[in-house]
Amino acid sequence: MLLQVEGLRVTYPVSRGWPVPRTSYLRAVDDVSLNVGAGEALGIVGESGCGKSTVARAILRLARADEGRVVFDGVDVTRLPLRALRKLRPRMQMIFQDPAASLSPRMRIGDALAEAIAVHGITHGGDARRLIKETLSDVGLPPEAAARYPHEFSGGQKQRIGIARALVLSPSLIIADEPVSALDVSVQAQILNLLARLQKERGIAFVFISHDLGVVRHFCDRTAVMYLGQVIEQGDTRPLFDRPAHPYTRLLRTVSPVPDPDIPVPPLAVEGEPPSPLDPPPGCRFHPRCPYAAERCRAEIPALRPTMGHLVACHFAEAIAAQEDA
Amino acid sequence: MSVLHIDDLRTSLTLNGRQHHAVREVNFRIEEGETVAVVGESGCGKSMLAMSIMGLLPSIAVVTDGHVVLEGKPIERESERQMEAIRGARIGMIFQEPMTALNPVLTVGEQIAEPLRDHLGLSRSEARRRAIALMERVRIPSAASRYDSYPHEFSGGMRQRVVIALAIACGPRLLIADEPTTALDVTVQRQILDLLDMLQDDGRMAMMLITHNLGIVAAHADRVVVMYGGDMVESAPVRALFRNPAHPYSRALLASLPRVDRDLSELASIPGRVPPLTRLPDGCRFIDRCPHAMKICQALPPRVPVADDAEHEVRCWLHVEGSGRDASAG
Repeated sequence: MLLQVEGLRVTYPVSRGWPVPRTSYLRAVDDVSLNVGAGEALGIVGESGCGKSTVARAILRLARADEGRVVFDGVDVTRLPLRALRKLRPRMQMIFQDPAASLSPRMRIGDALAEAIAVHGITHGGDARRLIKETLSDVGLPPEAAARYPHEFSGGQKQRIGIARALVLSPSLIIADEPVSALDVSVQAQILNLLARLQKERGIAFVFISHDLGVVRHFCDRTAVMYLGQVIEQGDTRPLFDRPAHPYTRLLRTVSPVPDPDIPVPPLAVEGEPPSPLDPPPGCRFHPRCPYAAERCRAEIPALRPTMGHLVACHFAEAIAAQEDA
Repeated sequence: MSVLHIDDLRTSLTLNGRQHHAVREVNFRIEEGETVAVVGESGCGKSMLAMSIMGLLPSIAVVTDGHVVLEGKPIERESERQMEAIRGARIGMIFQEPMTALNPVLTVGEQIAEPLRDHLGLSRSEARRRAIALMERVRIPSAASRYDSYPHEFSGGMRQRVVIALAIACGPRLLIADEPTTALDVTVQRQILDLLDMLQDDGRMAMMLITHNLGIVAAHADRVVVMYGGDMVESAPVRALFRNPAHPYSRALLASLPRVDRDLSELASIPGRVPPLTRLPDGCRFIDRCPHAMKICQALPPRVPVADDAEHEVRCWLHVEGSGRDASAG
């Protein structure tokens, strides 16, 4: 395994209230375990506040893990001294929804890439210039792009630059946090095709975070579904989306629009919105919205257990499947 | 009589002393109880079209030709005062970001009651009663007790419900929803779209749904207008567009969508990008990205019916016989 996340917990302090603010603790990620093989793409899906971005940040140690381990290529990242961590960083790169936010507006693209190369001591001089030129061409940008500033590029081109900056460091893992969500569909397809080619040609593994199930189905071999800080279902993407077992995954699947007017839209069985992660409900966190919730769901947190071909955190997954698919 | 008839509408923007067409010869109608989706990517002119209808164009933009006909009467030359009376009373509006439509220092109840008093002349207590009924209608739980809450105390989905209550307060004939669910999570998005469907059915409202999401179009629209670079490139009943897209841009757009319900080997992508307003080609706006571009495409393409279906129309030279290529190509 290239990446193993075991029992990860991340807590943020939150100050609220007036006139005397009180600090409470938001458990953004609560006992999450994941793994990613070399060259594999793992999708993480869920709605805002489910903790998917915090998992990504904790993997890169941009957020501090309170408990659990993040093991990258055999090394526990959570306990690594900073100097050793810095050596590891080029191998785990991140691309963001808004690539402009990670590019200095006053720095030419070529200089930004050269800086990344120099900081990590990848190479220098003519070799560095050659690497920049090759990488820009690999992501579909002309060599002249190196001499330009970020504002001269469109959204899709900026995302290509973000990808190029990750690529010059030859990463074995790229964490992509909603990389195509801000793009128009025709450009989104260009970027998804580019990422798929890089995964295939360079054997790069991906943790791909998105709220769009269609995009995840297209790109990811396996998928984890998160709800209020926990993974509630995980498995191979195709069977997971074709036969979801957890009521929340079923809900996500039902509400994901399909661009085909002949496919009937099933009625919505679930009301309400996700509760605040500051005050998660006891037991199964989905129980207040779950149409199948029983007494046991209010009291006991369901374990993520193997059933129906994937991992499911639901006490009644089999019974629900029997009832729904009958 | 159509609730809304957009008749050869052109809207121009003046930038650096030069006029640019942000909306060019757009034609469509919306009937009572019908939802027409206007789809396209950023820069296609869909929001500029909505602003033209509502009389909310920025000062550098102006409707130069054509008409916006609301219930039989052109409104594109109405005074600002007249438009104020029309907006809110006969045209309701919903925007992407509910916070921009709500006043943060007024309670949500007061905000819903305000148009009832202004446009319908209701008394304070009558407006309050009606506002609470509207809040219940858009399914805000414990509406009466939340009348005195402020927008920041609501979640994103609940805020959008408040905006919808505001938009339908005076029983408008036309509801314009500009990306109403783009800022919301998918489960909430579906709730809001279902709510809009229900309200529209009840009130026989005409709805113009502006969106970039073709999945939403498939499930919630009756007809579709596809826009590109300010042009209406295709207009069709929803099923006809998805089954038999005629414009090369519509085809490419549909082929570029990843799907949650099936596997696609590779997504078709459209090379290049949408040209900026200042560099739009004079003829067909899609010419530089189109795999079928011909010499004649440098001239403004005509509107052509597709497969003898009067409801399905494309603006493309490929569909004109004898223009250099068989219309069925591609």
